[in-house]
Amino acid sequence: MIGLALIVRRELKLAFRGGTDAVIAVVFFVLAAVLFPFGVGTDPQMLPRIGGGIIWVVALLAAMLSLERMFASDHEDGSLDLLYLSPVPLGTLALGKALAHWLTTGILLLIAAPVLALLYNLPGTAIGALAASMLLGTPVLSLVGGIGAALTLGARRGGVLLALLILPLYIPVLIFGAGAIDGAVAGRPIGPQLMVLGGFLLAALALAPWATAAALRQAIE
Amino acid sequence: MQGLTTHDLACIRGERAVFAGLNIAVNPGRALLLSGANGSGKSSLLRVLAGLLPAAEGRIEWEGTDIAEDPDAHRARVAYVGHMDPLKLSMTATENLAFWARLYGMEPETEAALHQFSIAALGDVPARYLSAGQKRRLNLARLAIGQNSPAGPSLWLLDEPATGLDPGAVSMLANSILAHLSSEGVAIVSTHGGRLDELLDGHADRFSISAGAP
Repeated sequence: MIGLALIVRRELKLAFRGGTDAVIAVVFFVLAAVLFPFGVGTDPQMLPRIGGGIIWVVALLAAMLSLERMFASDHEDGSLDLLYLSPVPLGTLALGKALAHWLTTGILLLIAAPVLALLYNLPGTAIGALAASMLLGTPVLSLVGGIGAALTLGARRGGVLLALLILPLYIPVLIFGAGAIDGAVAGRPIGPQLMVLGGFLLAALALAPWATAAALRQAIE
Repeated sequence: MQGLTTHDLACIRGERAVFAGLNIAVNPGRALLLSGANGSGKSSLLRVLAGLLPAAEGRIEWEGTDIAEDPDAHRARVAYVGHMDPLKLSMTATENLAFWARLYGMEPETEAALHQFSIAALGDVPARYLSAGQKRRLNLARLAIGQNSPAGPSLWLLDEPATGLDPGAVSMLANSILAHLSSEGVAIVSTHGGRLDELLDGHADRFSISAGAP
């Protein structure tokens, strides 16, 4: 536990001092979501129908932006060797990194999403569904993304490879996240979708750090 | 058998055997100076000994026990200094050092450790503004942290630790290594000769990797 706290604190410190890096994801998120109505038109009947899906797709892409650096700088400056040799297990490191990624990216997306929902003319119930689905879904993006970040360490053009590896794994989150918002717009109950997202989160919490640790072990060798 | 011994140790990188049939023995209170041409496998050997790389063949023993039996205990006794300085540029010298100390479960008494390498005045300076030599000193200060704590690491694995250091800093490093040896520690140091070798003379055995491999 102490190890987890140390790692999260270090990551947050680095993120705040890194300045713009953490903000870029959320700026991209807002900009990209704002662009869509210019392309598809501003019909107030249509926007609520496509809004949920667009916001979720853009959120996936925004979360990917900062993933590549999750372990890269520690790999480049030799810190990863020392992190591995420390008494703190690699799984804890992976969990700490994912948690820090969520705190610097996921939470910002979560805060910005309701504002975008207003732009898409989503009804009040759908905004609640959007917030709930993102609260459950964005940590999954960070946890699963960590696996990809660890697997692509040391690869040339790792960022592209990372997208190819990870985006397919994000599809279930997208389906149920956007599904919850669609359901709310159409007045259906959204409990089942949120429960599935909660299940994804629990599964990712249990499995992703373990898989990330295995990938990091490969990168150290 | 005391200290560190290896038996027919082999390492393969890619498809190529870096070294094979390597037998070394270092007694407590002694240092081993590794020499060898570039690419002869000094760094790989140190990484294998640290447990960062798996050995392709052979075994490593610490005080007669195979380290594979308890990898966690082995990691706890290793202090590893690699080619790179694992420092975060936006954190100050003290913050960098304190993070590693805490992560390794040691008291973050950074003041004394920085003083040991004459960089106490740079404690509040972000690592970004340190010169290459000062970064190396800060990296080496991790050794001092371990030295000053009760259950510090007993096996030092140093990969060309004197790179970028001025003569004064090399003496400080040599003094740290000698103090470590005098408390029955083991140090394995890869070098290309020079002042560190001279200062450790009398406390160190020499081993040339290219001569050791068939």
